[in-house]
Amino acid sequence: MTEIKQNSKSMTQRFMPLIIFGLLVVLLGVGLTLNPRLVPSPLIGKPAPAFELPYLDQEGMFNSEDLKGKITLLNVWASWCYACRQEHEVVKQLAKSGMNIIGFNYKDKKQDALRWLAQLGNPYQVVVADENGRAAIDWGVYGAPETFLIDKQGIIRHKVIGPVSDQQNFDELMAVVKEISGQ
Amino acid sequence: MIPEIGLFALIIAFGISIIQGIVPLVGAARNDATMIAMARPVAWAQLLFVSIAYAALTYSFIVHDFSVQYVFQHSNLVQPLMYRISGVWGSHEGSMLLWALILSLWTTAVAVFSRGLPDALMARVLAVMGMISVGFYAFMLWTSNPFERLFPVPADGNSLNPLLQDPGLALHPPMLYMGYVGFSVAFAFAVAALLGGKLDATWARWSRPWTTVAWSFLTFGIALGSWWAYNELGWGGWWFWDPVENASFMPWLVGTALIHSLASTEKRGVFKSWTVLLAILAFSMSLLGTFIVRSGILVSVHAFATDPSRGVFILIFLCVAVGGSLGLYAWRSGTVVSTGKFTWFSRETALLLNNIILLTATAAVFVGTMYPLVVDALGIGKISVGRPYFDTMFALVSMPLILLLGIGPVMRWKSDNSQRLIKQLSVVFAASMAIGIILPFVIDGVFNIATGLGLAGGLWIAITTLQSLYHRIKTSSRIPLAFSGMILAHLGMAFFVIGVTTVMTYNQEKDVRLEPGASYSLSGYDFKFMGVKNLVGENYKAEQGHLEVSKDGVKITDLFPEKRAYVGRADPMPMTEAAVDAGLFRDIYAAMGESLGNGAWSLRLYYKPFIGWIWLGSLLMTLGGIVAISDRRYRQKRSKIQS
Repeated sequence: MTEIKQNSKSMTQRFMPLIIFGLLVVLLGVGLTLNPRLVPSPLIGKPAPAFELPYLDQEGMFNSEDLKGKITLLNVWASWCYACRQEHEVVKQLAKSGMNIIGFNYKDKKQDALRWLAQLGNPYQVVVADENGRAAIDWGVYGAPETFLIDKQGIIRHKVIGPVSDQQNFDELMAVVKEISGQ
Repeated sequence: MIPEIGLFALIIAFGISIIQGIVPLVGAARNDATMIAMARPVAWAQLLFVSIAYAALTYSFIVHDFSVQYVFQHSNLVQPLMYRISGVWGSHEGSMLLWALILSLWTTAVAVFSRGLPDALMARVLAVMGMISVGFYAFMLWTSNPFERLFPVPADGNSLNPLLQDPGLALHPPMLYMGYVGFSVAFAFAVAALLGGKLDATWARWSRPWTTVAWSFLTFGIALGSWWAYNELGWGGWWFWDPVENASFMPWLVGTALIHSLASTEKRGVFKSWTVLLAILAFSMSLLGTFIVRSGILVSVHAFATDPSRGVFILIFLCVAVGGSLGLYAWRSGTVVSTGKFTWFSRETALLLNNIILLTATAAVFVGTMYPLVVDALGIGKISVGRPYFDTMFALVSMPLILLLGIGPVMRWKSDNSQRLIKQLSVVFAASMAIGIILPFVIDGVFNIATGLGLAGGLWIAITTLQSLYHRIKTSSRIPLAFSGMILAHLGMAFFVIGVTTVMTYNQEKDVRLEPGASYSLSGYDFKFMGVKNLVGENYKAEQGHLEVSKDGVKITDLFPEKRAYVGRADPMPMTEAAVDAGLFRDIYAAMGESLGNGAWSLRLYYKPFIGWIWLGSLLMTLGGIVAISDRRYRQKRSKIQS
């Protein structure tokens, strides 16, 4: 049988951990300069992109033309998204307070999504399913959860990245809601 | 006055830690006995002052001193005493103070229990730990002073995060920190050995019990956290792959690898520089965990405090501590030659494989946790990595690990005979596979390969572990405690694997709408809804539901799930307090949904078979660690060196 001898380390072997760590530090450093909350959306102030998507929980298609006429929140969520669960209580509270909220189910399986709603409650006026994420691209959706505020004219006025249950996100959103309700 | 004493004590502790970080090190380099001898008393002095600081903050909480900003933010007049005491570590500043206190406790423990250590080594170890302390005190004093005052003094405070108002969570952070910080001892030993240029098997022997204790605390801490999430979040889940959970899981994986690698280094003199690297890595993961949680770099439900200036400080600290030690490793490890020789088919190879698998798992968790950050940093977009990724990765990684777990312990050091092993294990392997695959069919008439493999894995671990215990009993008169500890921990793994597999497959959950008097049947249990009443707790108002659970007409238990609103919180989020009837073979779990009018409520009902085995397994692992370090050999070796 062959015996394994452990030889002393070569230069690369010895320095490899340090080099990997160096790369990690660069990454963490760049990460620190980013603000996870703040992603300016080029869509703010522009008309909401048109889409026609199937309903998640019923037959038929929903057309984004129907968004016009009242202030609406478009809440992008998915059953696989952890933070969506967390914000859901607040989304429900918002719905209870009379806000018109559309659920935008993003890259999800129908079964999972329906079960999730049954479990946590369905605060949405309508829920549309964007199974392959095609429509979400037009909206500039990076991930879930995200929430868009659309005014009566169908213009996107604000975008929340991350959970709306976050106090700062919530306050900012409410400030814009207040502003446009006054108009 | 008291908060000022606390701050003052913190500053003094900072000064002492600087002395502790420098003087013994210089002493060891110059072989100056007086300077070396300072190490122990200085460690004690640091403990004294950081304890004073800690006591001062606790006192401020207990007497409701809202002039202290931290107390104002995390406590109020009606908060129960227990949660005023645990409120100290309920958020960032206090957590850091607890970190520093625990680090100082570990340092002093090393000073007390390692009397047999060569003086120069002891001086270096304490100095390295002192340097880590310097970093944490500086962090607190510059970016997160827990004694910051408020003026004018508010009449009442906010509240501790309601999620944290649970006995399980009150204990969770101290246990977790004991584990995190405990790895600093192995780290300090490794760095001291690198500094001294003597990387022999002795340093492995010294680090082993410390590493095992730290690992036990970490295991227990993670289990507590998981148990808390299960009871408090009301989703019935026990692990969410949340970045903060991952931050505690990565040090655990590396720590587990370290424990096994230390065994090889101590017993056989192999993998010396690898073990040193692991010791550095384990503590680095602890620091990284702190970085992830405290800098807010990854958005998470758990991240209670986020502040970029803190992130910058921790990053610099990480650079100095990890970069420095890895630099030292690059400089010094070139001369290390492992002495032990072994063949491909030996326990050494099995342990090496164990390390490779555990580090692969660490890398998988690491990538999943950091990937969103990488994507963000590269400007491609923002994404989140979800549960499917982690579940798949872990299913893949755990299979070879489980297989190895059965083989490794019965293998011989140096060289083993494959025929012997096949003879010993083939029957067990075939039997556990057969039973495991058939069991799902017996349970509900459906073949389920994934579940079958999981159950087979659990059985395989359990049987082979008991088998090696049996062989040991047969061949030797005395079973060392270290061996018993290993057996316990491995059995814990078996329980854990079976628990996870069973609950993942046979978990039943239903969301139902129930009116008072109506009942619902789930997995043979009848849940009768008796209605909801209002409760006023010490610092919350609650709506408490009442469910009568019976099986075949026999009443089993009453469940009282609650929905709570805590006093002093601005956010509108009500807290779910799940009600659990825990049993050895099943948990019955109920959580309140929301009121649907006319006394009807939506309720979430769960039947969770074997979920308790997950925590039972974790407890066994913890216990295994404790038993292992009680072994006499660790103390005998010490007295031998002393004489």
